[in-house]
Amino acid sequence: MEFFKIRRVIPFMRHALVFNVISLLTFLAAIFFLAHKGLHFSVEFTGGTLVEVSYKEAAKVEKIRETLEKAGLNGEVQNFGSSRDVLIRLPVVKGQSTADVSQKVTTLLKAEDATAEVRRVEFVGPQVGEELAEYGALALLVTAVGIVLYLWIRFEWRFGLAAIIANLHDVVIILGFFALFQWEFSLPVLAAVLAVLGYSVNESVVVFDRVRENFRKMRKASVPEVIDSAITGVISRTIITHGCTQAMVTTMLLFGGPALHYFALALTIGICFGIYSSVLVASPLVMWLGVDRTQFIRAPKKDPLEDKNEGAVV
Amino acid sequence: MNRFPTWKYALIGVTIAAALLFTLPNFFGEAPAVQVSSNRATVKVDAALLGRLEQLLIAQQITTTGAILDLHGLRIRVADADTQLKAKDLIEKTLNPDPQNPEYVVALNLLSSSPSWLTAVHALPMYLGLDLRGGVHFLLQVDMQAALVKRLESFAGDLRTGLREKNIRHAGIAREGQTLRLRFRDAETRDKAMVTVGQLIPVLTLARRDDGQDFMIVATLKPEALKNEQDLAVKQNIVTLHRRVNQLGVAEPVIQQQGVDRIVVQLPGVQDPAKAKDILGRTATLEVRLVDEEAMRSGSSFNVDVFPERKRDGSVSAVPVKKQILVTGDQFIGASATFDNDHRPAVSVELNETAGRVMRQATRENLKHLMAIILIEKGKGEAISVATIQGEFGARFQITGSFTPTETSDLSLLIRAGSLAAPMEIIEERTVGPSLGKENIEKGFNATKWGFVAIVLFMSAYYTLFGVFSSIALGVNLLFLVALLSLLQATLTLPGIAAIALTLGMAIDANVLINERIREEVRGGQSPQAAIAAGYERAWGTILDSNVTTLIAGLALLIFGSGPVRGFAVVHCLGILTSIFSSVVVSRAIVNLAYGHRRKAGHLAIGDTGWK
Repeated sequence: MEFFKIRRVIPFMRHALVFNVISLLTFLAAIFFLAHKGLHFSVEFTGGTLVEVSYKEAAKVEKIRETLEKAGLNGEVQNFGSSRDVLIRLPVVKGQSTADVSQKVTTLLKAEDATAEVRRVEFVGPQVGEELAEYGALALLVTAVGIVLYLWIRFEWRFGLAAIIANLHDVVIILGFFALFQWEFSLPVLAAVLAVLGYSVNESVVVFDRVRENFRKMRKASVPEVIDSAITGVISRTIITHGCTQAMVTTMLLFGGPALHYFALALTIGICFGIYSSVLVASPLVMWLGVDRTQFIRAPKKDPLEDKNEGAVV
Repeated sequence: MNRFPTWKYALIGVTIAAALLFTLPNFFGEAPAVQVSSNRATVKVDAALLGRLEQLLIAQQITTTGAILDLHGLRIRVADADTQLKAKDLIEKTLNPDPQNPEYVVALNLLSSSPSWLTAVHALPMYLGLDLRGGVHFLLQVDMQAALVKRLESFAGDLRTGLREKNIRHAGIAREGQTLRLRFRDAETRDKAMVTVGQLIPVLTLARRDDGQDFMIVATLKPEALKNEQDLAVKQNIVTLHRRVNQLGVAEPVIQQQGVDRIVVQLPGVQDPAKAKDILGRTATLEVRLVDEEAMRSGSSFNVDVFPERKRDGSVSAVPVKKQILVTGDQFIGASATFDNDHRPAVSVELNETAGRVMRQATRENLKHLMAIILIEKGKGEAISVATIQGEFGARFQITGSFTPTETSDLSLLIRAGSLAAPMEIIEERTVGPSLGKENIEKGFNATKWGFVAIVLFMSAYYTLFGVFSSIALGVNLLFLVALLSLLQATLTLPGIAAIALTLGMAIDANVLINERIREEVRGGQSPQAAIAAGYERAWGTILDSNVTTLIAGLALLIFGSGPVRGFAVVHCLGILTSIFSSVVVSRAIVNLAYGHRRKAGHLAIGDTGWK
């Protein structure tokens, strides 16, 4: 079986400007939603209490909300996963002993309906939340710097810079989606975002690797031609790999239950935009940054196999 | 060119066999067990106890299927949950005749039902996190400010006494924030005081300051002493928590320091977080009282409190003590195991200034009489030491008795553990019910299973035989990952399972790269053998680069992540490492076995390469 019988080089770079403009617009839209709506942070970041309660029959969300409000607990009550499960989110209230809130909720709900079963309680003090947000940002920074440095050493600074710009743009777009739809941004989502960052860079690396190889092989080709042939050469692999990863993520989305829902969702967006950005954003960026054959001919002899294919186009 | 030397095949074979061995315990599941551990530093769980319990169970016709004695205590495996409850009740009744005052912690637990030879080589099932097996997780913040204030207050008291003894008149000693201010009327007295204070409490940094009216000494804790105090406060709180958690009957509690001033408490299997919170936050206190020797002789209990004392031979006797409390637990500053002048094991304790004065007076008036130290928890008291007053003493004294060195260290621990060094606050709580835990395992497992099946089907269809090879390599990757997680006993959480799935989804990339490269080489006119060699060689650099960048993100998560993120990161990082090995080395070995030994490979079964 072969899906991609590509017989000639696809001139991706001819449309480089268009791709970059599309990226810029999506990016700006994401920034707009982030600034305008903000992220819907989970209690892990904001501090607060989260109680998941399961009932024997369909839960009466309105009634639960009323009961809690009467007791002075104002929070979000919503169904979670199924109609029998309810998730209650209560923010940190200044001057209130926060550690006991979950206890109060449990007592109230049990008194109302004895079948209520507390499945999960999460309480996070405000100081922990701030720290988590801080460490999350720090992790993002370290990842970005680490990747740029590695690509700088292995390739060239232009590649490092282009890859990180392209992939941070993915991250911002994922965050933009979470802001637009007000999906809950929790710790697992943060993990997914950072995993995506590593994963999409990996995608850019595959393309860059081929760009470098082609610079050595195609002595007479222009820079756009080299990049075009590199992308064409790996496009089949790109789509198959991402398809496989996406298959895994889709099963997570289908079978993983509500706990993994947003995690899988973040990965899905990340994978889709990862393909686009690493192929169609990073490569033009490398070109704009002025990549050149002279940067790679320092090591002219590497693999005897390469010489035979000199000038060959896939 | 596509042949591995025999040792390479052997090495891969051995690795896979080892991985199989360490993965094996995960398939046996877990059997119900009863766990017995000591609730007191002075009560030991040993082989003798095991023998006793086995006889007891046989006498009651309860069949056991094995027992393990290790650092955690004694675990006796039984056939089913009913027998487990019966055995637990029986053991509980026998070992703890007084349920209000348990000497052993008897808890229900699960024990891996893998054969003992597997356990003997330390092949254990994966260690499941609280979100998978249910339980309670608390993060407690130790209030260091309060601990330091307490310490400075006690220093202030010591200094008052110390200066009085040296006849140095001061005009007031007060604590202001994190400093002590000592006021004097003239510079000369202050200079004398400087020397005395420096000798009395060497951990203070002293500075002279004048505010126009008084001559002052401003004293602050030295940085290293500050750090020491903080460490001590956290350690002491951990000891106290251990004692309290033991009351809960939790099979495998985790109580650890996290960072400078935090303590993590994890109680797997605890269903009632309210009770857990109550017990963790409870205060235990120590009291020093005089023994009513009159009542001891006559056996009367009029106007005295009677507490049990456990003797070293195991017998229990009643100790009547006077109603007046000389010293309470919060007045104890420290306790440590030591030896007295005759080299007998002793516990050296330190009281604050007020308590010291009381002790001085009480001991002066009661020479050669008995004094008892009583530990009160949950309203129940026990005399942990009854000793004769040998001389007059104050804030610092030694408790001697017929102790062994182990007992003195236990006792000093006990005294220190009696009260929390510093108040604590719960800053994070996670409770997961057991049903949700089971559901999480099931969902995580299903997601991984179906994702794996989808990838295997696609790869086999698209790359035919090479796809099957890739799938086998992916299976081996999963095997390695599970084996490694079991071997390291890293905590597996739901995000961890998600990481397994994601890692598998990403690991296939390497094989896709290789297979695509081989196809390309074949299309480029290479011979099959050369195409295989070139495919693997050229893909290798790309695979390495792409995995390193993924690993950088994984490591950042590992370093900066906490809780669920760390659970994800550990598995993710391990998965990247195993995938490099399995997708490059293992798959190459399989390909080499299949094609490497043919002189002419003819056509490679890697799917459609016929187009040009």
